[in-house]
Amino acid sequence: MKTFIGIDLGSTTTKAVQMDENLEVLGRGITNSRSNYDTASRVAKQEAVVDTRLTLCRRGLSGIPALEGRVDAFLGDLERAFRLEQFLEQLGDLEETCVGQIQGERFAGREQAVKEALEAVFAALREEAAALFAPGANRKSDFFRDIAGSRYLAQAEAVAGEAGLPYDLLLNVYDKSIIEVENRPPAEDMSGKFMRALDKIIAAAPEFQSAAKDVKAPVKQALDVELEESYLVGTGYGRVTLPFSKEHIRSEILCHGLGAHMMYPKTRTVLDIGGQDTKGIQVDENGIVENFQMNDRCAAGCGRYLGYIADEMNMGLHELGPMAMKSTRTVRINSTCTVFAGAELRDRLALGEKREDILAGLHRAIILRAMSIISRSGGITDQFTFTGGVAKNEAAVRELKKLVRENYGEVTININPDSIYTGALGAAAFAHRTLEGGAADGGAQEAEGGKT
Amino acid sequence: MSTATAQRPEVRKDDSMLKQKVMMAAHYDRLTSAKETGRKVASTFVPGNLNELVMCFDLLNNLPEVNAIQSGLRKQSGGYVMEAEKLGHSEDVCTYVKSDIGMMAKGNVGPNGKSLPAPDVLLLSYTGCFTFMKWFELLREQYQCETIMLHTPYEGDGKITANMRDYMVKQLKEEVIPTLERVSGVKFDIDRLREYLRESVKAEEDLVWVLQSAKNRPSPIDAYFGGIYYIGPIFGAFRGTPEATDYYRALRTEVDARVAAGKGPVTPEGDMGEEKYRLVVEGPPNYTSFREFWKMFYDEGAVVVASSYTKVGGVYDFGFRHDPDHPLESLADYCLGVYTNRNLPQRVDMLATYVDEYDADGLLINSIKSCNSFSAGQLLIMREVERRTGKPGAFIETDLVDPRYFSPANVKNRLESYFQMIEQKRSGRRAPAAPVAAADTGGVGGAA
Repeated sequence: MKTFIGIDLGSTTTKAVQMDENLEVLGRGITNSRSNYDTASRVAKQEAVVDTRLTLCRRGLSGIPALEGRVDAFLGDLERAFRLEQFLEQLGDLEETCVGQIQGERFAGREQAVKEALEAVFAALREEAAALFAPGANRKSDFFRDIAGSRYLAQAEAVAGEAGLPYDLLLNVYDKSIIEVENRPPAEDMSGKFMRALDKIIAAAPEFQSAAKDVKAPVKQALDVELEESYLVGTGYGRVTLPFSKEHIRSEILCHGLGAHMMYPKTRTVLDIGGQDTKGIQVDENGIVENFQMNDRCAAGCGRYLGYIADEMNMGLHELGPMAMKSTRTVRINSTCTVFAGAELRDRLALGEKREDILAGLHRAIILRAMSIISRSGGITDQFTFTGGVAKNEAAVRELKKLVRENYGEVTININPDSIYTGALGAAAFAHRTLEGGAADGGAQEAEGGKT
Repeated sequence: MSTATAQRPEVRKDDSMLKQKVMMAAHYDRLTSAKETGRKVASTFVPGNLNELVMCFDLLNNLPEVNAIQSGLRKQSGGYVMEAEKLGHSEDVCTYVKSDIGMMAKGNVGPNGKSLPAPDVLLLSYTGCFTFMKWFELLREQYQCETIMLHTPYEGDGKITANMRDYMVKQLKEEVIPTLERVSGVKFDIDRLREYLRESVKAEEDLVWVLQSAKNRPSPIDAYFGGIYYIGPIFGAFRGTPEATDYYRALRTEVDARVAAGKGPVTPEGDMGEEKYRLVVEGPPNYTSFREFWKMFYDEGAVVVASSYTKVGGVYDFGFRHDPDHPLESLADYCLGVYTNRNLPQRVDMLATYVDEYDADGLLINSIKSCNSFSAGQLLIMREVERRTGKPGAFIETDLVDPRYFSPANVKNRLESYFQMIEQKRSGRRAPAAPVAAADTGGVGGAA
């Protein structure tokens, strides 16, 4: 089947969306941007493809009597089992790479001991892997480096102690290997991994065994669907570093406008508050950008502002919103300059103001700044869609709703739980328009990439 | 160091540019040797520059704004601005002023490496920019020299009345000319003025022809980045001189040949590629990153076909010419009509007319951070021009000569978005994608 891919290379995370010919989203993927946009876009795209396969499985499994009412749970199991397979494969890669690093003077005479120690470490990691992907398991992150890294360090310390080896030898081989492995995500034989995962689920659940055939066939079918990467469009701050030609790149302002339109077709005004910029965008009934404004000389009042405040208050970023929601009175914070706001914050704390009231004031300051950008872009016209990381912050949303009502009256405000994918969604829609809409966006180009 | 120079691509310069370079070098040499040659110096502004009158008194014309621009282009202004801030001038003050003040504090060295002379007279021609008045107050304090204030009434109602003209002529007769006579020791000769004005008209005719050549497709010139060079002689110390006449004649011949050959503008990297976007621009350029800024346009195939900035030292393309038969009245009309002295509706009219007549894709505003006078109302201008022409506008923000206020990644991002928006508007409506309902929730989520 024809598919269209949009990739949004943000300053913090890279997102990918894959859609079909009917503009239906098949899959979404996200990864950290690292300092390597090339890898980030590859990983995000691959994650989107995995998600697409799961969507296709869902479609195929929805009519199977044995799974009636349990498709979600079944797919949840399938995904976890698949991710475990993937994790084990990557762990194997890491082990092999680590072993390859045992050379040079510092290992002289101890090669065999280090090799045996690594074997012990990786055996332990494999052993505990299943628990990491068990239902309800609490993983701090989904990125391989984070999961494998913390456990490797813990196991290596224990193993080194027992073997009487210096810990730093094991640390050294890991440090030399992890970036290489991380930038080489397991891409081969996705279907094989899915099928192995499926076999394991069936083997572990006697109730499925009688219906094994009914379940396997549609999954196999979903995995066999040929996903043709018909066109790909990249956007976001990292877009210029992408190995794409100019026709495959769109500005994030256009992508956010179109993405918001795809989510809520009646959108006329979009506000996006991201890590380093705030955009006010006006779109027409087709999602075409009519006008926009964004901060340029200064990034005051953007997402990073909250990150800085969280650091200043020694809190987690996600804790700010809930605490601000507890406030009973808003302390006025004048400065949207990140650094000055830090000074105001300390000043208010010294005056004995409550943390929640100060935080409410800081959230209001951000939204006031955003309101100024929106008004310069042409104000708010119904419907209004709010996107970007800050849209997940309930205190920011509360202030926004209040100020929108005060300034523009009753307006429908849309906030999508998947709003982090807005730019990638718009990019995928541009990819679709480019190919399916004739020369609508800079001329139809030959598809890049190929099959996935 | 030699490697860095070697890697830099050779900058392409037309004959007219080389000619202008020689003219400017001679001008600065005249200024910096004024003490030795016994010439006296008047300082004045580009909008309302009465060069012909200044020449009637054998005075050399020194323009602090042009010096600030030169400092910006030569990457000196950043240091000058900071020097002025050290002297107590706020971060928000016009950076032309601060560059000038800082330059004086650091020895007032001109582009030729020699010190510029102290002026003998400050001819403050006030044409809509309030900062000019404060600027010359500071200069008067510094130089303790004679200062003339020529007050040009603002075109608040959008027209020049007989009273306004009379008022200006009266000031010229009673204040400006007697003071210039006294400072220079030269008696005013109106026939000499007529002679200069006659020369001005020739240059004005050719300048207008060159600016209007941008109506061709492709446009043979860039009327903003290239336009900065074209206005140099006539907005500065050369209007009314035979050198200016020669320069504009040569420029016209050069542009004429480009039209005949179907060529686009010359950029620092040679002939521009395919013309994809035609823009009208309001506001001055950024001078500290001038090349980088220009490159953001020509790399994308964007050419500026008309700009208001090339009218700040005189608006000639709607018919005004200096008139040797009514010399003082025409000097008055010239001052009254410069772009900075026009009200908001007039600016809207002019820009909307340009969008239509030059068949542009839209209006781009480069708003200047440190220019309070002209940044006020620019968003309204943009909206009104959009409404009248039906073409999309865009807004970017930089500064004149303060390098700290040019953020290339962000400016580029906005410009590219604008160009793509134009592209999308041109063709997007033909085949809009049918939107899906609130995002499909299929799948069990990616790696999130």
